[in-house]
Amino acid sequence: MNPVLLGVRHHGPGSARAVRRALSAYQPEVVLVEGPPEADPLVPLAGDEDMRAPVALLAYPAAGDPRRQAAFWPFAEFSPEWQALRWAAAHAVPVRFVDLPAAVQLAAEDAPRQESGVRSDPVGALATAAGYDDPERWWEDVVEHRFEGSGDDLAAALGPFAAIGEAMAEVRAHTPAPSGAEAVEEQRREAAMRVGLRAALREFDRVAVVCGAWHVPALTAPLPTAAADAATLRGLPKVKVATTWVPWTHARLAAGQGYGAGVRSPGWYHHLFVTPRDAVARWLVRAAAVLRRDGVPVSSAHVIEATRLADALATMRGRPVPGLVEVTDAALAVLCEGDPLRLELIERRLVVGERLGRVPQRTPGVPIARDVAAAQRRLRLPPQPLPRELDLDLRREIDLERSRLLHRLGVLGVNWGVALAHRRGRGTFWESWRLAWQPEFAVDLVAASAYGTTVRDAATARVGEQAATAASLAEVTALVERCLLAELPESLPTVLRALDERMALDHDVAHLMDALPALARTLRYGDVRRTDLPALRHVTDGLITRIWAGLPAAVGGLDDAAAAGMRDRIDAVHAAVALLDQPDLTARWHDTLAGLSTRDDVHGLLAGRLNRLMLDVGLLDVDRARDRMSLILTTGVPVARAAAWIEGFLTGDGLLLVHDERLLRLVDGWLTGIPPDAFVEALPLLRRTFSEYPAPQRRQIGERAVRLGGRDDGGAVAAPPDIDEERADLVQPTVRALLGRRA
Amino acid sequence: MQRRHAEDEYAHELAALAAGDDRIRPPGWKLSPAAVVTYLLGGQAADGTPVTPKYIGSRRLIEVAVATLATDRALLLLGVPGTAKTWVSEHLSAAISGDSTLLVQGTAGTPEEAIRYGWNYARLLADGPSAAALVESPVLRAMSEGRIARVEELTRLPSDVQDSLITMLSERTLPIPELAGEVQARKGFNLIATANDRDRGVNELSSALRRRFNTVVLPVPAGMDEEVDIVARRVAELGRALELPEVPPAVDEIRRVVTIFRELRNGLTEDGRTKLKSPSGTLSTAEAISVVTNGLALATHFGDGKLRAVDVAAGIVGSVVRDPVSDQVVWREYLETVVRERDGWRDFYRAAREA
Repeated sequence: MNPVLLGVRHHGPGSARAVRRALSAYQPEVVLVEGPPEADPLVPLAGDEDMRAPVALLAYPAAGDPRRQAAFWPFAEFSPEWQALRWAAAHAVPVRFVDLPAAVQLAAEDAPRQESGVRSDPVGALATAAGYDDPERWWEDVVEHRFEGSGDDLAAALGPFAAIGEAMAEVRAHTPAPSGAEAVEEQRREAAMRVGLRAALREFDRVAVVCGAWHVPALTAPLPTAAADAATLRGLPKVKVATTWVPWTHARLAAGQGYGAGVRSPGWYHHLFVTPRDAVARWLVRAAAVLRRDGVPVSSAHVIEATRLADALATMRGRPVPGLVEVTDAALAVLCEGDPLRLELIERRLVVGERLGRVPQRTPGVPIARDVAAAQRRLRLPPQPLPRELDLDLRREIDLERSRLLHRLGVLGVNWGVALAHRRGRGTFWESWRLAWQPEFAVDLVAASAYGTTVRDAATARVGEQAATAASLAEVTALVERCLLAELPESLPTVLRALDERMALDHDVAHLMDALPALARTLRYGDVRRTDLPALRHVTDGLITRIWAGLPAAVGGLDDAAAAGMRDRIDAVHAAVALLDQPDLTARWHDTLAGLSTRDDVHGLLAGRLNRLMLDVGLLDVDRARDRMSLILTTGVPVARAAAWIEGFLTGDGLLLVHDERLLRLVDGWLTGIPPDAFVEALPLLRRTFSEYPAPQRRQIGERAVRLGGRDDGGAVAAPPDIDEERADLVQPTVRALLGRRA
Repeated sequence: MQRRHAEDEYAHELAALAAGDDRIRPPGWKLSPAAVVTYLLGGQAADGTPVTPKYIGSRRLIEVAVATLATDRALLLLGVPGTAKTWVSEHLSAAISGDSTLLVQGTAGTPEEAIRYGWNYARLLADGPSAAALVESPVLRAMSEGRIARVEELTRLPSDVQDSLITMLSERTLPIPELAGEVQARKGFNLIATANDRDRGVNELSSALRRRFNTVVLPVPAGMDEEVDIVARRVAELGRALELPEVPPAVDEIRRVVTIFRELRNGLTEDGRTKLKSPSGTLSTAEAISVVTNGLALATHFGDGKLRAVDVAAGIVGSVVRDPVSDQVVWREYLETVVRERDGWRDFYRAAREA
């Protein structure tokens, strides 16, 4: 019996167990596994005791942009290929990968092709045809149970695979041929497998091949001539590739990325594989634990009943043991009390699972990944997949370094940490992050290695590149901030130069205004981060000067939408100037405000806002503000403009109206005096203004307005003519009650 | 008789299933679990007798329900009104014990005696406590005879009355201290309770009682065709029971009723393009069935014997507009924005406006 072909279901725990048994019984001299031959040198690592599935083989081009074209071969604990690797490592048997080299696959124009339909999971297709909804249970019922106790160990171990091989020959004979590109791909892959097989057969007497069941017939004797396969493979384009092991997760296995079949329930498969006895009861115990951790009270009695229900369901459905469907039904009816939300919890935590793989430290990482790993150890920030929050006190050296690392990784597109903005208020020396390490970051790091060998170098180079290609001023300013947060002083001059250039060329003052807040924040943070920032200060001063110069021209003749945008920008610049807290800057800004606030050609919204800002900083006293308001709210001014002015002036904080009765009286008088048709026009603006106030403020204003009315008795409303007094008297009490006035 | 019990109505199906049932039956059961599932979901008996589907919907749900009863756990059927909870419970007990009559209707005024036992006071006074003076509740009868008892609207029962079920479900016995004895449940005894999702919290079950039950949530029908099928079947059955003259099948009209019910219930038109407001009622399948039956009666007695838009319009308006103010707005909006524009719905639009 040479070779022995072990056709498996990718990621099938049943196949994995069968492969282990077959290998132990057959004791091959070499094991061939479906996978990229470039990974042969990595095989010994699979046996390392620090290696923990799920992991993936990663192949990426050694030159060029790797992100586009990296390819993965993921393995879980329950993957037959992985079990073959582990078995071989434990028994010091050589392993060779046989498949089309990754060099060829990556050189192809498109992304590595995925097998589809019956090709990717022929065993699953057979199971479906047999009326099973879970291929693993079909494997167990049909393939394995048939060969149990057939006396001879070897025959019992290899029997299932012989049967699978025969079944596949039938399946392949009755499956329509794939389309052009897919057919070529399949021919090449199988030719490559045969080439590897022939080479092994020349060298060894006992060869075992672990490959997808689909390929078994293609490797079964009689093989086509070696010359034909060589011709198929001749002259294929190649790229230079590097390979390594990267950690993987169950969630990513479930998402179906990478090669092979996406596994919908990796957690369940893993459980089946590692639990030899009482798989159902143990599973439900774990489900109960998951629910308890979330505060759902689940007792042991629940678990007992759920197990019984699962067994009863399996019996009723005529199945030898309960499968995932039965345990899920039982969990829903008993443990979750019919609540689908709780079931979702079990699905996420258990059926998919949160297992994260690990690779030994001596795995050939890309240099930058090693740098990251070293930093993680030094800074005691182990990469963990579950999100957790981290508060950093930037006055401490270690926290500062952590912050730098996270920011630099962010520059490189490795968003390990997400900055949480809402805690900024506690002081500038605090930073809050939410950390969640995802295994795909390994890939992002591979991509980043094109920029440099350490995180710092790569981030510096990347920022420089981004500054050069940035399209807008705002992009460059964002870069400046990142640069400072990530502490990349070497790239700062480049970025500032880019900023200066964009600033000078940018005629739109709005862009300049957009850029300022980030710079101001940066300057303020710079003090905490012990960065000397004269260059930045110089640039910021230049920016503010340009804003002063450009603003008066930019605020004239705006329509409603543009005015609203400009209002937000003025607010932002105002806040930024306050943040910078430099007397000369502040004074000049105030001058600008004052100059603009009385111009008649400025949109009402802006004029109102400018006056409000001046009132807030004390440039305008309340009396003058009242004068200005009464000026606007006279009959000579169009209602729309007045309403916009009011919106600009009052937006944000309603306390002003609560405390200043004379202002309120002004507004009240103007409001009641608006003619009906104009009132309809002004109403949306007013509603927008007042609806932004918190409810208590609105109520207080309302209460005060009522009292105002009480004193001058609503004289502003002229009574319409020809009212039938008698009939009016009938409704008066109700109307009064509605208005809150005493009858 | 206005309505026959399930075990009488479908006696021939049950008999055929029992005759050809060679699987193991749990003690006290008239049918094997697999045959019970067939009885509910329809199929064929061993001798070829067709079995009509009683419940149209997920097989998994019914399997879980039957398996629950087979494992001696009480079954709690949850769902919004009109999702066939009572219907399923009646047929389950008919198939399992051949008797669906051991029923307690839960109301706010249901006393403990209805769950446990009461006394014939004349005899009690004459002879003192004796077995002859005892008035058994349906649940107690089910225990002593090894049958399925049904409790309708469990959450409407007062909490203390609910909790009197605990001993019966966990110990499978009911002490009768007055007679210095007890009634022990025979094999085959079990309990099916139904409760209404919308009334959750009326009298929430105590966790002690709750954990005696396995819960199966009956959903509203998943798809249009499924729901049309349900309505058409039930209308035909009801028509026979009410001895209405045979009316030509009016699938188009039924489809229209179901469409309206589904659209308003989901707040979305079936083509998924228009958002709608949902009225306050549940608009269950059961209501759709009664609208169509009602329409059939109208068509038979007052119309030309053919179900037309005008026959169902009034019923639909009655089901949708439960709250005269807010639901009226919902209905008018639906009528003007969706119904009016739809091809071939002119007749219904006119009829609904007049209704």
